[in-house]
Amino acid sequence: MDFSLSGEQQQLRDSVRGWLKSHHGFEHRRAISRSESGWDAATWTAFADDLGILSLADIAVPHDAVTVMVVMEELGEALITVPFLETVVTGAAVLRAAGGEAAQALSDGIIAGDVRLALAWAEPDTRYGWQPRTTRAVREGNGWRLDGLKSVVVGAPWATHLIVSALTDTGTSLFVVAPDAIGVSLMSYPTIDGRRAADVRFEGVVLSGDALLGEEGAALPVLERVGDISIAAMGAEAVGVMRRMLADTIEYTGQRKQFGQPIASFQVLQHRMVDMFMQIEMATSAVYLATLRLEAEPAERARAASVAKVTIGEACRFVGQNAVQLHGGMGMTDDAAVSHYFKRATVIEGEFGTTDHHVERFISVAG
Amino acid sequence: MNLDWSDDELAFRQEVREFFAENLTDELRSAGTWMTSVYADHERSLAWQRILHKRGWVAPAWPVEHGGAGWSVAQRYIFARERAAAGAPPVSPMGIAMCGPAIIGHGNDWQKAHFLPRMLSGEHFWCQGYSEPGAGSDLAALQMRAEDDGDALVCTGQKIWNTHADVANWGFFLVRTSRLERLQQGITFLLVDMTTPGVTVRPIVSPAGEHIQNEIFFDQVRVPKANVVGAIDNGWTVAKYLLEFERGGSAYAPDLQVRLDQIEAAARTVAVGDGMLADDAAFVRRLALARIRLAAFETYEFRAMAGPALSGASASVMKVLGTELQQHVTELGLLVAGRYGMAYQPQAGMPGGQVSLPHAHGTFVGPRQAAVAPLRYLNERAGSIYAGSNEIQRNIIAKTLRL
Repeated sequence: MDFSLSGEQQQLRDSVRGWLKSHHGFEHRRAISRSESGWDAATWTAFADDLGILSLADIAVPHDAVTVMVVMEELGEALITVPFLETVVTGAAVLRAAGGEAAQALSDGIIAGDVRLALAWAEPDTRYGWQPRTTRAVREGNGWRLDGLKSVVVGAPWATHLIVSALTDTGTSLFVVAPDAIGVSLMSYPTIDGRRAADVRFEGVVLSGDALLGEEGAALPVLERVGDISIAAMGAEAVGVMRRMLADTIEYTGQRKQFGQPIASFQVLQHRMVDMFMQIEMATSAVYLATLRLEAEPAERARAASVAKVTIGEACRFVGQNAVQLHGGMGMTDDAAVSHYFKRATVIEGEFGTTDHHVERFISVAG
Repeated sequence: MNLDWSDDELAFRQEVREFFAENLTDELRSAGTWMTSVYADHERSLAWQRILHKRGWVAPAWPVEHGGAGWSVAQRYIFARERAAAGAPPVSPMGIAMCGPAIIGHGNDWQKAHFLPRMLSGEHFWCQGYSEPGAGSDLAALQMRAEDDGDALVCTGQKIWNTHADVANWGFFLVRTSRLERLQQGITFLLVDMTTPGVTVRPIVSPAGEHIQNEIFFDQVRVPKANVVGAIDNGWTVAKYLLEFERGGSAYAPDLQVRLDQIEAAARTVAVGDGMLADDAAFVRRLALARIRLAAFETYEFRAMAGPALSGASASVMKVLGTELQQHVTELGLLVAGRYGMAYQPQAGMPGGQVSLPHAHGTFVGPRQAAVAPLRYLNERAGSIYAGSNEIQRNIIAKTLRL
């Protein structure tokens, strides 16, 4: 066992951290999230050109889970809005599983900064199950005809391509769909954490034969795996989010004076912050577990991912709520960075399965 | 980064497994499996220590030159896992894990040559004397006097919470030799022959009815200065050193895995309505949550073991979360026991000391797991109190957060 980062990973972490510190401060984040489109073109371009981290989407090489983890933690600490998770992690994982020329072309597009993906998987009545219920693709000539509705597709308003799960005759299949294709309509909205999502309706959308991504009817195990890869990466982001909330809380309670002394001198507050710290340590450990088990056989991989999602979910709630609490009234303002981190933590809690969902999943795959 | 044992470590694990399979008798296995607290039955633990001694495996963390196994932190962790899985009783920590390192780090040649081999063989069985009635969490407030009298220190005072002092023939003590400005100064680390005139040991019976803890009274006890470890007045340094010695080697998770397996197995025998408790949705969920917490915690132990070094008082984090998990697991045990959890049946378990509250002998009613569950629940309340209460540990962690 070894938990040290390679020299390359440390270097990458430092350069990502350095860039975000000087270009992606809280005011930038807030301005972007308040803008009409919510789109942060400058950061995405820098990810492509200056930092080169979009190249982690290169499907010609295997998924580098540890490097992704290192980057995601930094992105969490800076509270980025751009769809790195959706495109470089989730989207690229689908492409990697599918393989083939079309997937490679999309992967190349991501690396160049031109392609942004959003995975449209959930429907109003599927909750956290990967299997679509109403979205269907039927063969029509050499291609397909797609109908259905996908809910809360994160990053869809920014996406150049949607990856859509749909029922076909043989099971669940995945398709690449252009958001501006005839019959596709997006109802876009901001998410509570200041990003963008859409409910996407498909009405008689005509797709060419090569829109099918991977093997027809074989997408469910792919989506399970993609979900676990996404959970591991999002968990690393959550660790970054939580570290920042704790750091802000330590700083704030050190400055805020009541009864003639910094409130951080009160033991009840110190112990609360220690409990926040310990929860973050457990979350970090669980993220390591999930990340380093992504290549294990499916049941073990799933168990590790669910351990991570439960641990992260509980930590996000505890750390987030207490960070707000210890900021007092300030924590209840839009001016305080902590409230924005709290909202991201709350979103992470619910994405890819709640705590309860993953306890159940852990039970269902228990060895 | 990787989360896998190396080939060498897997080979070592195999070697340990074979050793346990060959040497662990049913009686010893029972002594480890049915412990009612973190303390094993004294005689059986010693018997197992003698078997380990023949193999040179009594002291995992000691250097080979002093008779230790000289294992890496990873090897120690693997050994702890296999010990728990095999159900072997733990070796008493007071000598091997606490006093031994102090002597290795700060003792003189005579002390090393005299005490270390006897500690390993079990000829000397050790107890610890730190706490006093007025010095618990605030250990530096200890007052037991040790007056200089030629070639001896003359000790008068009281110690408390002395595990197994009733069966120990040696003890290591922190005594006050000088009153200096800082309370941590003027303390001396002293080895005491428990048969010395003036030493009196009195039992403390736990809520579970077990006599494991004691008080020790010193009345003008003459201890040769040759038994001072390190320098006089410098005992705080020695005491701190022994806390550092085993850092990274702590392993709560292996025993907790075994306990959860025991609890799940017991739940398969308990009927609820038309089914079994092991299939009851609420119970299954509780058990799953405990396993999930344990999986995250175990990975934290792996991180502490394999490095790079963790920031922020990881030993304190492990102590707090490890004992909290331990306590939680005993709650699950009590839950499975149901109404049998009301029965006081220490005869079904292997307590770490004499039981003095009235109970039946020989046979017991209900599942064995149910019989030990309330004892484990009661005893484990000590987990968050001993070895620096969890509140004190949180204070330590708070300092590393610069609070």
